Amino acid sequence: MKTKLTTLALGAMMAAGPAMADLVFPSLSYRTGPFAAGGIPFADGYADYFTLLNERDGGIGGVKTRVPECETGYNTEKGVECYEATKGEGALVYQPLSTGITYQLIPKATADDIPIHSMGYGRTSAKNGDVFSHVFNYPANYWNGASGAVNYLLGENGGDLNGKKIALVYHNSAYGKEPIRTLEELAKKHGFELVLLPVDSPGQEQKSQWLQIRRDKPDYVVLWGWGVMNQAAVQEAANIRFPMENFIGVWWSGAEHDVTPAGDKADGYKALTFTGLGSDYPIYDDLKKYVVDTGKAAGAGDQLGSVQYNRGLYAAMLAAEAARTAQEIHGTAEITSGQMRDGMEALDITEAKMADLGMSGFGPEFKVSCENHGGPGLVGVAQWSATDKTWSVISDFQPTDDDVINPLVDEDSSAYAGENKIDPNC
Amino acid sequence: MSEQLVYAMEVILNGLMAGVLYALVALGFVLIFKASGIFNYAQGVMALFAAMTLVGIMNGQVPFSHLINAIFGSHITQFGWQVPAVIAILLTMAVMVLLAWCVQQFVMRHLVNQEPIILFMATIGLAYFLEGVADLMWGSEIKSLDVGLPQGINLWIDETTLNIFGYGFFIDNLDIVATIVAALLVIALVAFSQYTKQGRAMRAVADDHQAALSVGISLNFIWVMVWSVAGFVALVAGIMWGTKSGVQFSLSLIALKALPVLMLGGFTSIPGAIVGGLIIGVGEKLFEFAIGPLVGGATENWFAYVLALIFLVFRPQGLFGEKIIERV
Repeated sequence: MKTKLTTLALGAMMAAGPAMADLVFPSLSYRTGPFAAGGIPFADGYADYFTLLNERDGGIGGVKTRVPECETGYNTEKGVECYEATKGEGALVYQPLSTGITYQLIPKATADDIPIHSMGYGRTSAKNGDVFSHVFNYPANYWNGASGAVNYLLGENGGDLNGKKIALVYHNSAYGKEPIRTLEELAKKHGFELVLLPVDSPGQEQKSQWLQIRRDKPDYVVLWGWGVMNQAAVQEAANIRFPMENFIGVWWSGAEHDVTPAGDKADGYKALTFTGLGSDYPIYDDLKKYVVDTGKAAGAGDQLGSVQYNRGLYAAMLAAEAARTAQEIHGTAEITSGQMRDGMEALDITEAKMADLGMSGFGPEFKVSCENHGGPGLVGVAQWSATDKTWSVISDFQPTDDDVINPLVDEDSSAYAGENKIDPNC
Repeated sequence: MSEQLVYAMEVILNGLMAGVLYALVALGFVLIFKASGIFNYAQGVMALFAAMTLVGIMNGQVPFSHLINAIFGSHITQFGWQVPAVIAILLTMAVMVLLAWCVQQFVMRHLVNQEPIILFMATIGLAYFLEGVADLMWGSEIKSLDVGLPQGINLWIDETTLNIFGYGFFIDNLDIVATIVAALLVIALVAFSQYTKQGRAMRAVADDHQAALSVGISLNFIWVMVWSVAGFVALVAGIMWGTKSGVQFSLSLIALKALPVLMLGGFTSIPGAIVGGLIIGVGEKLFEFAIGPLVGGATENWFAYVLALIFLVFRPQGLFGEKIIERV
């Protein structure tokens, strides 16, 4: 009996081979609290993509992935706690999912040699890789968003916004104030009048702002909100009968849950996007086969195809491809967070690669470099159909105004480098 | 009439309407504080819980479905029926009564004669517990609430004011409904406390619970009743705010809007909650209109508290609160 057990144990050990550590991609999620409606689908998309890689491909480069989830409740202090609690597990990259958390983690993660990917949020000037060695905000940042909105409106007005009035209804926080400087510069350049209308958090009560919009009659309203502020804004716009086709939100103000409470009256509302929408992509066939049908979907498994789910999926794909790149660069499957940073800096997303992944057209083509951690900043526009209850892309990914954005990035990042005595990275 | 004056009139009207919505939340606080001396921190969460329960019942959602599915590996989420709004409101009210009984039975009953701060802390715990239960029971996605209340600009007011002032005022139909409902609610609450046996018993308990106990009034019953009435007020507030911007977690934060109203109106007066709400509503909207543009806007949240503090300097008990004089 003893001999039999020993043989069995040895056999099992030989079959298992050398144990490989997982590739760890922590998810700082928020499934509870006032912003859970946006946090749940993103977290589900992020987790499901790595589940798909494990189930279909056996992980990345033969190494399984693991996504430890830590609930931040969209609270900055909890986010930092989550970072501290999970970094010891061999974390390769962090998606802080909050501008406040990102700001707190930038110095910590840089010191710990762990990269941050703040996709479409966070510190905009982190695009400058020469200063922010461990922060990446590809494929687009807030200032691309502001410029993307103005570019779209230029297109709608035959390239001339002179004399037009654009109101910015924004969350009165660091996040909401991000586009102001860019919009002010663009207002000077294109001759439109910019009206600033801050809304205090959480933003349920916006009567004053919309009464002012009704009085001032701006030609367009740009929304920079999050959470309940978005639903309240869309509802108030509908109440004062502001034309929805002239109302355009940033990508964090353009999910299904932002428009459904207003019902049919939200029809025609527009929002920026830097990712594909819906589930009409081949990758969804694999997700269904390997993740949903096998009962391995994250959460309730009911978020597939939603705007924020796709964003989580896209963030996970970019992280996985960066890990694959890092494996190739360093010739090892078990990469460290420092090597992951190198992979992110050498990331090359081509249309051929996207097609291979079953995500053709899901995001723009781009190449990251040491100097440019922000990607090309291409921005699309989507429109909500209340009848079909779907978002549809009405303007494909278009370039934004680098002539305005790049000097602002340089100015802000140089100031940060000076304050923190940072040596050039590149 | 100058353009600015006409705009200010529109702002005042909208401020009054917003004040009514704040007062709806404040009423729940007043009811419980008046009857039991407890500052119920969970009142905002009760509004959230009530609204989520209402939507869940209306949509035929299976409560705790995520939990059930996780344990048993099932995939049930819906019963497959829709419940009419009126019946759903009645069923939700029954749930709120059950909640009131549970709060009394499992929390408050064990804390009789404790310091007010202990009772306050208990309601903080209750708030977090209820938040979690509401999430677990109905999920945390944003839900649309449509109980048939009208929304959007009131065209009659728009046209009438256009003819008189040359500028059509914007008044939201939902705000008008909220005003009517709040007025009816206050009349009903006053009538209940003045003319019914239970109402008088409630007032007796509020005045002196030991004396009330000595004449045979059941404290348990009265407190369950008070929490039930506060639950009903929370349901009304939840319906109004939930209709505006969907039923979601942020509903619980409307309590923050009620605090300056309570400070101003007094914690023990039902008319005080209404008047306080109106003053705060008009004050914050007018300040935002007149001063907001000069200081960068977004003044409403902090100005409401400043206004309440100014009142407190002159009337520490609030406008309608009871002046407490204690011997040393």
